[in-house]
Amino acid sequence: MKLLIKSGTIVTKDRTEVNKDILIEDGRISRIGEGITDAADQVIDAGGLAVLPGLVDAHCHLRDPGYEYKEDILSGSMSAAKGGFASIACMPNTNPVIDNESVVRTVIAKARREAVINVYPIGAITKGQQGYELAEMGSMKAAGIVAVSDDGRPVMQASVMKKALIYAGGFGLTVISHCEDLDLAEDGSMNEGETSTRLGIHGIPSAAEDVMVAREIILSEYTGMPVHIAHVSTKGAVEMIRQAKKRGVPVTAETCPHYFTLTEKACTGYDTNAKMNPPLRAREDVNAVIQGLSDGTIDIIATDHAPHHFDEKNVEFELAAFGIVGFETALSLALTYLVRPGILTLNQLVDKMSAMPARILKIEKGEIRAGADADLTLVNLDEEYTINPDEFLSKSKNSPFGGFKVTGRVKYTLCGGKIVYQDK
Amino acid sequence: MKLRSKDILGLDHLEPDEITLILDMARDMKRIIQSNMKRVNYLQGRSVVTLFYENSTRTRVSFELAAKYMGAHAVNVSVPASSVAKGESLIDTGKTLDVMGTDIVVIRHSQPGAPHLLAKNISASVINGGDGMHEHPTQALLDMFTMREAKGGFEGLKVAIIGDIMHSRVARSNMIGLGKMGAQVYIYAPATLIPPGIKEMGCHICQSLEEAVDGADVVMGLRIQRERLKKALIPSTEEYARFFGVDVRHLAGANKDVLIMHPGPVNRGVEMTSILIDSDQSKINEQVTNGVAVRMALLYLLAGRDEN
Repeated sequence: MKLLIKSGTIVTKDRTEVNKDILIEDGRISRIGEGITDAADQVIDAGGLAVLPGLVDAHCHLRDPGYEYKEDILSGSMSAAKGGFASIACMPNTNPVIDNESVVRTVIAKARREAVINVYPIGAITKGQQGYELAEMGSMKAAGIVAVSDDGRPVMQASVMKKALIYAGGFGLTVISHCEDLDLAEDGSMNEGETSTRLGIHGIPSAAEDVMVAREIILSEYTGMPVHIAHVSTKGAVEMIRQAKKRGVPVTAETCPHYFTLTEKACTGYDTNAKMNPPLRAREDVNAVIQGLSDGTIDIIATDHAPHHFDEKNVEFELAAFGIVGFETALSLALTYLVRPGILTLNQLVDKMSAMPARILKIEKGEIRAGADADLTLVNLDEEYTINPDEFLSKSKNSPFGGFKVTGRVKYTLCGGKIVYQDK
Repeated sequence: MKLRSKDILGLDHLEPDEITLILDMARDMKRIIQSNMKRVNYLQGRSVVTLFYENSTRTRVSFELAAKYMGAHAVNVSVPASSVAKGESLIDTGKTLDVMGTDIVVIRHSQPGAPHLLAKNISASVINGGDGMHEHPTQALLDMFTMREAKGGFEGLKVAIIGDIMHSRVARSNMIGLGKMGAQVYIYAPATLIPPGIKEMGCHICQSLEEAVDGADVVMGLRIQRERLKKALIPSTEEYARFFGVDVRHLAGANKDVLIMHPGPVNRGVEMTSILIDSDQSKINEQVTNGVAVRMALLYLLAGRDEN
């Protein structure tokens, strides 16, 4: 099976090459050049399109096993493919929790059977994500996990986190920390500030995130082990990570599109699609996140794709589930809000959405070169469209971005040389 | 003129001319309450349901009497707190009441925004009877009615609100409503009970009770709940009373015709001393009477929206 991509503009983290052809054989890139004339089974005219290395999402929730009514591996992977992702790492807060080798193998086997793209499970840090005893990280790594995280349920005991960093580090696994001090967050549902006061909603102070980011940096520095800070949303977190990196602490960080596009004001009118954890923050936090992306403090953009059923969102705000879907809006939002205004170059964005997340997860992705897996995302950078959640391939439609006008649209996603998504 | 929305969700949603309309109408309604023939037929054939997910005596009775004085059918539905999360959804309950022919639903709920969710999903009018820490518009309207009746208007009026601002929907509605009508709101409370954004909402935060009360036309206390101790927000009601309880001696700097108000129920000797509560300046009982009048006015105006 041969596939030829004609006349695209290749954009990777460190190079942009116009009018290139890419020949794909047996799932891999066999040759890159100009005017390739080999006979192919299929030819894609990529004239006018940017050809990016397949996007890599280091943080999503596929809800499978246990919550297949929200999403499953098939629907989640199709949704990701539509968003341009060829590889995704899914969080372990499923039912049962991905906290042992057998569940890891089950997820991987199902992904091999059903997923249209590469799915990499992330294992739990602690058994049952309960925060006390370490999960069998070594066995889970042998079965295929790419990192460990208790995402959604922070490890509250510092002593447990310290040992988790050391033990995971011994297996070459990065710990991804959901930074939230539950005591400070109390029963909050949105950012604590003027908007929460006006709406009478219990607030989550930005300090709940900052306190834990500070702790993880201290523990990473003390142990010398890497830590990856999930979904950074506060000014304080950005500043502490920036300083830690200057000292050489092995900390990396991610943010999500909603933290550089929306403020807490999106909750006005009790819009439960603006409810997620960490919550949408104040304008100064959004500005700090953007600055952190621009100066490299924040390494990657992840989706934190968190599908929920309509019925779980069509309720009172404080009773609604936390989280929004993100696969199908992430790239368009990043292009519109970061690349168009000149905050990031397209190469930098490709680094943050493909090469760098691959490096953090230690998977061989994020490059376009002969011999590499033919995971490619073809994008029309100039196509404008209006986001319509009804068109999502995800089972869930819980997005605050309905009606947003964005520029830049995925036209094809290839995974292992197969066209797994094509925009009609 | 008519009210613009089919619902009364909060002072946040009411324009100054609508507030004036409601207060003017309430003045007429108060005459009915003070007469010996407390029954008019303005709402004959209409139905009002009070849907209360939280305990309440005065607000529920006030609405029920208001509806009955106006000639409407009034039905009370009380839903135990335990069934909020596991029982029938709010929307489904609302739709059930809707298709039974309910014209106006008065809802009290522990969840902020619950009335808004209900209003979006049913065709009946919804009146917010208090939603979590968010708003309690009928209480604020009756407070404002009481102030206007005694003081004549709001422009330049200084209102001191003392107490648990953070958890008080009464405070929020009053801050918003009084601000819209040109009054100045001064806040004094334990610092742990002042939420962020109060200044942005146009209120002044005071450093002492004396500062808050200085030159005040109205001093309003708010109920402090013992649960606040468990959340480490205040150390004791005794310390609260010592530093934040209002007593006669604090009123030296206030306007000499200062009104003493409280949404009730009062913890005597904590938020205010009995001597103040029972003084001639106290409007606390008058507030309750006015509450019925304001609610009659709201029912009348909502019912009248679809008539011509």
